[in-house]
Amino acid sequence: MKKDYLKEFPREMEDEAIYIIREAAAQFERPAILFSGGKDSITLVRLAQKAFYPGKVPFPLVHIDTGHNFPETITFRDKLVAETGLELIVGLVQDDIDAKRVAEETGKFASRNILQTTTLLRTIESLKLDACLGGARRDEEKARAKERVFSVRDDFGQWDAKNQRPELFDYLNGRIRPGENVRVFPISNWTELDVWNYIREEKLEIPSIYYSHEREVIERNGVLWPYSDFIFKDADEVVQTKTVRFRTVGDMSCTAALASTANTVEQIIEEVIGTSVSERGSRLDDQRSEAAMEARKAVGYF
Amino acid sequence: MDVFRIATAGSVDDGKSTLIGRLLYETNSITTDKLEAIERASQRKGIGFLDLSLLTDGLVAEREQGITIDVAHIYFNTPKRKFIIADSPGHVEYTRNMITGASRAQTSVILVDARKGIIEQTHRHYFIANLLRIPYVIVCVNKMDLVNYSEEVFTKIKNDFLKLSASLPNTQQQIVVIPVSSLHGDNLTTRSQNMPWYTGEPLLTLLESLPVPAARGSFRMPVQLAIRPRNESHHDFRGYAGRVSSGKINVGDAVTVLPSGRSSKVTGIHKNGQEQSTATDRESVTITIADNIDISRGDMLVRTGEEPTLKTEHKAFICWMDSHLLDTVKSYLIQHGTQRIKAKVTQVNFVQDTASLQQLAPSEGLKMNEIAQVNLKTAKPLPVDVYHDNPANGTFILIDEFTNNTVAVGFFE
Repeated sequence: MKKDYLKEFPREMEDEAIYIIREAAAQFERPAILFSGGKDSITLVRLAQKAFYPGKVPFPLVHIDTGHNFPETITFRDKLVAETGLELIVGLVQDDIDAKRVAEETGKFASRNILQTTTLLRTIESLKLDACLGGARRDEEKARAKERVFSVRDDFGQWDAKNQRPELFDYLNGRIRPGENVRVFPISNWTELDVWNYIREEKLEIPSIYYSHEREVIERNGVLWPYSDFIFKDADEVVQTKTVRFRTVGDMSCTAALASTANTVEQIIEEVIGTSVSERGSRLDDQRSEAAMEARKAVGYF
Repeated sequence: MDVFRIATAGSVDDGKSTLIGRLLYETNSITTDKLEAIERASQRKGIGFLDLSLLTDGLVAEREQGITIDVAHIYFNTPKRKFIIADSPGHVEYTRNMITGASRAQTSVILVDARKGIIEQTHRHYFIANLLRIPYVIVCVNKMDLVNYSEEVFTKIKNDFLKLSASLPNTQQQIVVIPVSSLHGDNLTTRSQNMPWYTGEPLLTLLESLPVPAARGSFRMPVQLAIRPRNESHHDFRGYAGRVSSGKINVGDAVTVLPSGRSSKVTGIHKNGQEQSTATDRESVTITIADNIDISRGDMLVRTGEEPTLKTEHKAFICWMDSHLLDTVKSYLIQHGTQRIKAKVTQVNFVQDTASLQQLAPSEGLKMNEIAQVNLKTAKPLPVDVYHDNPANGTFILIDEFTNNTVAVGFFE
C-alpha cells in the first residue's frame, strides 16, 4: 500500500485530548461522557482512563437510547461498562414517546434521530449535568468544523453558532450560569483515520457491526438499509442478504451499511484510506438537507 | 508524525478558499460525495465553477452571504505531516476571529492579490502574525495569471512586503514570498511552468519542510488537577496532572511550585499508565514529587533556578473581543495558565491601528476588535513570562464575571 503515511497516529492529538478531558474534570461539578457505543465514544473512554490514571475516571457514561440501536451495540456497551466499572446512566427515548413529549415520525424514512434531542436535554436536566463530553469531530461535517471545544449551550440546550466564545491558545472557558451546560469535544481535531489508527494502536475493542458480516438489507437509491423491524418496507422492495459492515454506529433506521469484507482494524483502515465517500455520507440523518447538522445543533442536538 | 498548524486569513475575493480547496484536492483530501455536494450547491447558486468556499463556510449565514464569519478547521495529510488549517475571515470586524485562528498557528499564510498589491488588509494580517510571533509567514501573491505571470509585478509586491515587515518589531520571523495562482494551481503543490523565473519551493513543499518550531522558554507546567486515587494499589499516590506548556523536565530535577515558592524534586513522570524519565512541551503528564507540599489547580511547576517573576502589575497588548466596551473601573477575571483571579485594566496606553500601523491616543474604553497596549493589575501575583521570551506562558484571557464571556486575549510585554 502506497499510503502508509496515513496509518500513523500523531501522538500530539492524544496529549491535546487528555488536556481537554482534565479541564472538563477541573472546571465542572457534574460532567458526564455521552456514550453512543460508537468508535468515537469508545476512544473517549480510553482517553479518560489515561487522563486520570492511576485514579478513577470521575465521570459516569450517559447513553441516550433510541430503542432503535443495533443489539450488538447494546451488548458491547454492557460489556464495556462491566469491564471498566464505570457508572452507566440510560435515557430512554421511549419514555418521551410514552409521555407524548415527542411524536414518532411516520413514513418510509422515519427515524428517531431527531427525537433524541428531547431525551438528551431531559436527561441533562434531571442529572443536573453541567458538562457533557462527546466524541464529535470537526472533520465530520462542516457545521461541526465551526464549533468550539467547549461549546456553551443555553437553558434549552441550544447552540448559538454566531455568538460563540473565542477559544485562544489552550484556554478553555467553561464558566456558565446555572441551567446552562457545556458540550466538551476532546477529539475535535482528530480525523476519522486518527480514530481508527488509535483503535489499532491501543487495541481497543469495538462493536462487531464495524466488521464485515452477513446481513439482510434493502437497496434504496443505491444505499443499503439494514432491514429490521424499525423500517418500513414497500411491497416491491426486496430483502437480500449481503456481506456488509457499518462505518458509523447510529440507529438501525438511519445508518447505511457498506458492502465490505473488512474483518480486522487493519483492513478497515485500508478501506477508509481507499474510499471516495466521506464518513457522514453513510448517515441518512445528515442527507436530509445541506444544513441538517447545523439545524439540529441549534436546538440542542449533540 | 508531526502536526503542523497553519492559519489563513482573507476574504472571498482573495482566492483563499480556492487555494485551500486546491490543496485539499491535490492531496486527495476531499471525498467524492463532498465534491458532488459542492457541485450541486454551486449550480444552485448559479456559479459556473466549483465554489470551494462552500467546503469551509459551514454555517448557513456564511453561505447565504458568501463570507467567512467564523474560524473553520480543516484537516489534511501528506506523507510528511498532518496539517490543521485554521481558516479565518479577513475583514476588520473579524479581527478577533483572526487572532483566534492564529493563536496556535506555527505558520501564517497571507494572501495578496497580485493586481492590488499590499493593501490595508495585508497590514492587518501581518500585524497579527507579528504580534503573535508566529514563527513563519508565507505570503502568497495570488492571481499571478491575471498579471501575465509578471516577475516585475511579483518583485515589487515582495519588496513592498519586506519593507512592511521591517517596520514592525519582531524580526525573527522567517518570511517567504511565493507567486501563485490558486485557480490554475501554479506553485501550490508543484512548481509552475508559467513562472520559470521563480526558483523557490511551491507552497506545499515549503509547508512540509519547515521545521516544527519548539516551544521557546524553560519548563513551565500549569497544574490542572491533583490525582489522588486512594485505592489499594496506589494508596499513597499523589500526582499533579498538567500539560507541559514549554521546556523540558527530567526525573530527579529540582522544581519550584509557584506562587508558594516551595521546592522539591521530581520523583516520577507518569503518562498513560507508564513511567518515563522526561517530559517535553505539549505533553500531558502526571508528575510526582518528593515532598508533601500543598499543590492544587492554579499552581505552576517550574524548574528551580529558572523561575519567572511573580508580578501584580503588568504591561500587555490586548485584543478586545466583546460587544461591551472595556471598562477600566470594573474588574474582570484573568486566566493565566490554570489560574483564574480578579484583575483590572488600569490604563489604556495606546490603541494600535492595524491598517496604518500607527499608535493612536485611546478614547473611552476599547471597542470590539481593537488592539491596545494596556496596564493591568492582578489581585495576586502571577508567574508570567514576557510573550516574546516564552509565548506559552506569556498569554492570558480576560473573562467577564457576569456574562462569563471571554472578552479579551492578552500578551505580556
